[in-house]
Amino acid sequence: MSIWVNKDSRVIVQGITGREGGFHADQCLGYGTQVVGGVTPGKGGTTWVGESFGKKAPVFDTVRAAVGQTGANVSLIFVPPPFAADAILEAADAEVPLIICITEGIPILDMMRVKRALIGKSSRLVGPNCPGVITPGEAKIGIMPGFIHRPGRVGVVSRSGTLTYEAVWQVTQRGLGQSTCVGIGGDPLNGTTFVDCLAMFERDPQTEAIVMIGEIGGDAEEQAAAFIARSVKKPVVGFIAGITAPPGRRMGHAGAIISGGVGSAADKMAALERAGVTVVKNPALIGDAVKDLIGGRPRKVAVRSRPSPRRRARPKAVQPSVTAKPARKRRARVS
Amino acid sequence: MNIHEFQAKQLFSRYGIPVPRGRRADSVEEAVAIANELASSVTVVKAQIHAGGRGKAGGVKLAKSRDHVEALAREILGKTLVTPQTGPQGKVVKKLLIEEGVSIGHEFYLSLVVDRASASIAVVASREGGMEIEEVAAKHPEKIIKVFIDPTIGYQPFHGRRVAFALGLPKDVVNAFVKLLGSLYSLFMAKDASLVEINPLVLTTDQKFVALDGKMNFDDNGLFRQEDVRAFRDLDEEEPLETKAAEHNLNYVKLDGTIGCMVNGAGLAMATMDVVKLAGGEPANFLDVGGGATKETVKEAFGILLADPHVRGVFVNIFGGIVRCERIAGGIIDATREVRVGVPLVVRLDGTNADEGKRMLAASGLDLDVADTMWQGAQRIVALAQKGRA
Repeated sequence: MSIWVNKDSRVIVQGITGREGGFHADQCLGYGTQVVGGVTPGKGGTTWVGESFGKKAPVFDTVRAAVGQTGANVSLIFVPPPFAADAILEAADAEVPLIICITEGIPILDMMRVKRALIGKSSRLVGPNCPGVITPGEAKIGIMPGFIHRPGRVGVVSRSGTLTYEAVWQVTQRGLGQSTCVGIGGDPLNGTTFVDCLAMFERDPQTEAIVMIGEIGGDAEEQAAAFIARSVKKPVVGFIAGITAPPGRRMGHAGAIISGGVGSAADKMAALERAGVTVVKNPALIGDAVKDLIGGRPRKVAVRSRPSPRRRARPKAVQPSVTAKPARKRRARVS
Repeated sequence: MNIHEFQAKQLFSRYGIPVPRGRRADSVEEAVAIANELASSVTVVKAQIHAGGRGKAGGVKLAKSRDHVEALAREILGKTLVTPQTGPQGKVVKKLLIEEGVSIGHEFYLSLVVDRASASIAVVASREGGMEIEEVAAKHPEKIIKVFIDPTIGYQPFHGRRVAFALGLPKDVVNAFVKLLGSLYSLFMAKDASLVEINPLVLTTDQKFVALDGKMNFDDNGLFRQEDVRAFRDLDEEEPLETKAAEHNLNYVKLDGTIGCMVNGAGLAMATMDVVKLAGGEPANFLDVGGGATKETVKEAFGILLADPHVRGVFVNIFGGIVRCERIAGGIIDATREVRVGVPLVVRLDGTNADEGKRMLAASGLDLDVADTMWQGAQRIVALAQKGRA
């Protein structure tokens, strides 16, 4: 099992004839994803051909036509920022169940209207400003490098791109794999939240542990912490980027800014720790922390039936080994 | 993007929000000329810098005569103001705003801001105007009024009335306030603002509203469609290295440490700063070179990192995804040959074709260290930078 994305996902790419859209549609096809069509207004009726793998997809003028003809259930959006909100709303109007928007740089007021407009609609939006969603071995719907992933039992959710690849790669190198990895994006307003992903991972029988990567800005991690304390029984490893970031400065992502006393990494880490999350201070040790939590244990199916009080005790037992063990090893090497 | 008070007030005026009469002055002579034009009994001389807390730092003063205006303008122009928002180095005042004085009845606080949690526009208001709103919020949270506006519905007069009655405004000025808040909302939405703040919003002794101060911030992602806002940009107020980086599409934020960081991706760039700190160093910057990391971007990035005189070592941390490591290694090698780095350099490459990339770096004969993990790389660069200094 997995969440949201699997081998049956049928994907259309909005902006397939653009440079980015075309390149990544091609890469997704190369991974084995069913890319069944594309949308570029004015180029309907033509056929797109991928450069590396030579695969073809029909191009449509509208999302509605594309969905009608291909039976697509996912739309992957590469439309430039000025037109991206329109593209998301068009996909939602066509009732595409899953909309993944990669575009970075959408004005926040546009996203505010989009987020409001999606309330009560059947579509789920992931992103914008995100790497997409991948269920290893089944479907890659986004811009992440496929080969660093491996099918497995760790769910990954993150606001970042390359930092997610880093964490995924660590997990893979330690002999584990991922159930599904979701990039929720680095913008201040996004569709799918940490809480949405945590709830899905908690329900997904394949997922046995969750890696959650947050960063400074906003209070999404605090909300996630409250949700974890209440409703997540599976072990969670957390990392928050930006402990060294000064307040009031935007660190690359539009959403990565500590403002009005809200959004510091220290506050987020503390909230997650209180919720029983294994918070890793060193981003190079995310993989080790996951391995410590589930690595040696045989696969358990009835994860949800585990009594919750155990979770409170876990961080105390696990965390010292996570932060201290590898540090000790390497310190000796350097000095 | 931030703008000056005098620019915010120009926008206020255009949207029908009353502001004191006045103009910007770049010299003492201009300041006096404007004061003569205004011919008001009290003239206000206000330093124009992109930072709050100007009043307490001596950047806002009242003049009772033309000679006094001249003396104050001479005093404040060229002065370095240090406020909690400027950092310890302060900011040099290059522009003034010369305004008429206003007879203050009561001072309110009023702002509009994008609220991330509720995906709406939050109106924040208080009877405690003229003070730092964070201070009021901390000490007297009950004195803060918050009303949220759903952008799909837009501003409605009831929003204004809710705020007005919560503020305890006299009945005969409620309608004026409802109109003013509506204008402020229109301005906010039309200009892709992320914050509009009037602190204080004054109710004068003759029962008129006047925006005595004005602050606006804008969403950088909306600037492509805001030509007039872009024209307000003041390069004097920006860190020159950050301006230069932005010209090359590099995302750079200068910090106070000594370890220069060059990373692909914003999240990994922050994590790299954090890991440098954990290894006992202090990051000199945030720098995201983006997905490409070609020879040109790497070269520009080195140029910017090394222009910071505090940098004692550079840590390049790249996770190759779609862009393969051997291409990135090629970019680093070419750039390093053309730029004299002059400080220790540690490169960590991981991801797609990392082994090939590392082999190329090792075979290049360049004076650099290759690390396998970011933790190893961070420890290495901190050790090398410390050795270099000793």
